[in-house]
Amino acid sequence: MPLESNIPPGPVAEKWTRYRSECKLVNPANKRKFKVLVVGTGLAGGAAAATLAELGYQVEAFCYQDSPRRAHSIAAQGGINAAKNYQNDGDSVYRLFYDTIKGGDFRARESNVHRLAETSVQIIDQCVAQGVPFAREYGGLLANRSFGGAQVSRTFYCRGQTGQQLMLGAYQALCRQVGYGKVKVRSRCEMVDLIVVDGRARGIVVRDLVNGKIESHTGDAVLLCTGGYSNAFFLSTNAAGCNVTATYRAHKRGAYFANPCYTQIHPTCIPVSGDHQSKLTLMSESLRNDGRIWVPKKAGETRRSADIPESERDYYLERKYPSYGNLAPRDIASRAAKEVCDEGRGVGSGGRGVYLDFAEAIKRDSRSRIQDKYGNLFDMYENITGENGYEQPMRIYPAPHYTMGGLWVDYNLMSNVPGLFVLGEANFSDHGANRLGASALMQGLADGYFIIPYTLANYFASTKQDRISTDHAECKRLEQETDAQVKKLLSIKGKKTAVEYHREVGRLLWDNCGMARSKESLETAISKIHGLRSEFWENVNVPGTALDLNVGLERAWRVADFMEFGELMARDALARDESCGGHFRVEHQYPDGEAKRDDERFMHVAAWEYQGTKDPVRHIEPLEYEKVKPSVRSYK
Amino acid sequence: MNLTLNVWRQKDRNAAGRMETYKASHISPDMSFLEMLDVVNEDLIKTGKEPIAFDHDCREGICGMCSLMINGMAHGPERATATCQLHMRKFRDGDEITIEPFRARAFPVLRDLVTDRGALDRIVQAGGFVGVNTGGAPDGNEIPIPRERQETAMDAAACIGCGACVAACKNASAMLYVSAKVGHLVNLPQGQPERQQRVRAMVAQHDHEGFGHCTNQYECQAACPKEISVGFIAQLNREYLHSSFGFAEREDSSTGVG
Repeated sequence: MPLESNIPPGPVAEKWTRYRSECKLVNPANKRKFKVLVVGTGLAGGAAAATLAELGYQVEAFCYQDSPRRAHSIAAQGGINAAKNYQNDGDSVYRLFYDTIKGGDFRARESNVHRLAETSVQIIDQCVAQGVPFAREYGGLLANRSFGGAQVSRTFYCRGQTGQQLMLGAYQALCRQVGYGKVKVRSRCEMVDLIVVDGRARGIVVRDLVNGKIESHTGDAVLLCTGGYSNAFFLSTNAAGCNVTATYRAHKRGAYFANPCYTQIHPTCIPVSGDHQSKLTLMSESLRNDGRIWVPKKAGETRRSADIPESERDYYLERKYPSYGNLAPRDIASRAAKEVCDEGRGVGSGGRGVYLDFAEAIKRDSRSRIQDKYGNLFDMYENITGENGYEQPMRIYPAPHYTMGGLWVDYNLMSNVPGLFVLGEANFSDHGANRLGASALMQGLADGYFIIPYTLANYFASTKQDRISTDHAECKRLEQETDAQVKKLLSIKGKKTAVEYHREVGRLLWDNCGMARSKESLETAISKIHGLRSEFWENVNVPGTALDLNVGLERAWRVADFMEFGELMARDALARDESCGGHFRVEHQYPDGEAKRDDERFMHVAAWEYQGTKDPVRHIEPLEYEKVKPSVRSYK
Repeated sequence: MNLTLNVWRQKDRNAAGRMETYKASHISPDMSFLEMLDVVNEDLIKTGKEPIAFDHDCREGICGMCSLMINGMAHGPERATATCQLHMRKFRDGDEITIEPFRARAFPVLRDLVTDRGALDRIVQAGGFVGVNTGGAPDGNEIPIPRERQETAMDAAACIGCGACVAACKNASAMLYVSAKVGHLVNLPQGQPERQQRVRAMVAQHDHEGFGHCTNQYECQAACPKEISVGFIAQLNREYLHSSFGFAEREDSSTGVG
């Protein structure tokens, strides 16, 4: 099947305006005849479910948490970008567009990114109208800060809880529609399969996590808004429940998975303290606005930070990237931290950490000023590490955070399976090979509030399909298949737990497909994960029964998908024989260690087609740049 | 560290529950409380027993999914801390720890330590929002908001909806939760048009769900992981009273009486 991106004609800056004027519409009275299934209730899913219900569609929304307010969008701290230029510092839609394209290392679709930048402005207005308490100046106007990789202040924020407040805005809008009876929310309910009938996505199979029942839900379109797959690494900043199951199972039903090797390793996380650790905690990158990052100049340094004189410290980001300094984009900052730790200059136990030092900022602005800005982050750091960040430098280390890869979608956010739309982090998205700070919230809300209402109407208005009931043979077949898989997992009764397998596959991916990748390491990962997968199906131990709230079972099937998916991720990384953004192949670098792209051979999106037991097939969508000329991405 | 845990086990909503005792061995003080339970669960699975079910997700204190009464305290002994952010260094080697679900009539137990807190969602569905559709919003800077007002709104909006306030209250009242949403929206100009309906609808739903009344014990504030102030309950009460007058006036004028 050829990859048809369906980008509208015309100049980049006019495409979206034209699309909106020319797309087909659904008559208000007809909207209630269409049923939309929304999986995931984070920023993308919550915003889409609420907005589509406001327009008159019937909506059913699903989430695995106990409430739609808890999706992991809630944990985003730093902020949300918008090209408002309230600060009069030279920002514009074009600049946000350009920064995002460049930040993504010229591996994103120009048309989508421009649409995102245009939409950013509406998002802020919408959120303010909902009552999102964005930070304000004393005069009452909205405050902004500058954020990783940007030279203008375009980031809007709510203390260190921006994701939470935007999430609650979307949740409240969703609740309003639930109250009106326009949306049905099924919480504690996990999607386990996609129902495809006559080549179109017509429903989902879910497992009710409370009573274990397997049931089908059918409708006219399915929206996957199920987030990213960083938990494939076992340790990541994602919530414990975040998983790849919904998108991976859709992939197994025919949806192409695009650029799975594009993963973002976030530079400012609290370092790992031991094997027991279940997750890594991110501290907002906004800390880099005032904190200075350094390591000792000497390898094997044993003195306490306070005893190391200024002349023996290496502020390596300021040294290597004088114009961006500590605000260098995430992939660059992460790689630089790994490099100095590999040289034996890392700090803290195990030597996997660098200092983030606020001494100078406290001296300049006073401790109370710093406390106002970042108080909650300092508290969180102290709570987890037992150390006081005001009195000694914090220790940070990179950790898997966001995934730019995801299901392939066209300009309409529709996958190659008609009727299956993918929004937010779950799609391969607008961030190319690296996402800039404060752009994830922007994309999730843009997709949910402002893009899907148009593209979904266009789909409905140009598609004729009959109603499908849950008695359809395909529903029954998939329910039985799921049921058999559950029974199989419960019957193995082996020696190892699902968590142990998760830890193992995570370690394999982190070591071989993490911040630095090579042909050799990726081949190792592929063969070892393959072996681990077969072992899992013979030796995993899942206690309990099927028709029950069974936390061990939930974990086991998520891990089974992570293992299969991990192999695909390594395959994609192996096939992409260049370095770009978060994907760093050691074979391809400039003498100074910067990532070396190969535009000749790889200026394209790679989209993988599932082939069962055979190797997946790699399709490509060439990327064309008409507005921005790809250049070497330099932040020096 | 080695600990003895007394844990509430319950098969499902209708089954009778009981306390069971488990040993937690080789626990590192750097572990979080939930990581300690992960270790216990791994041991249980390895011996073919069913793990202890407990709610959790973000594990960074913001999603509000974790719960637990730890030694009789909602989210445990540490102030301003959700269970997922409670660390074992706050306990001592040899401690005996009792772990129960959040208890309230409006929070039925689903299994072990997992409860159904859907009542909290239904309170928001009743009116905890600003009634605007997507699109057509005025420019974000159109209405300046004094910084203090916005900060107060943010103090209330920080609620994570975990239900610790209910679990800590002897009346199982969710007034702190309701007041946090009312306090968030009433302090912003965007929340004004619906302020009267909102407070009445939310309080009515709160009572309907079977939560108790507030008798000013302030246990809720002490248990709240986000330290939401009981001052918002006072504001809620004023709003409620005010809305009664407001409604009376409007009903009168519409019916032509008085």
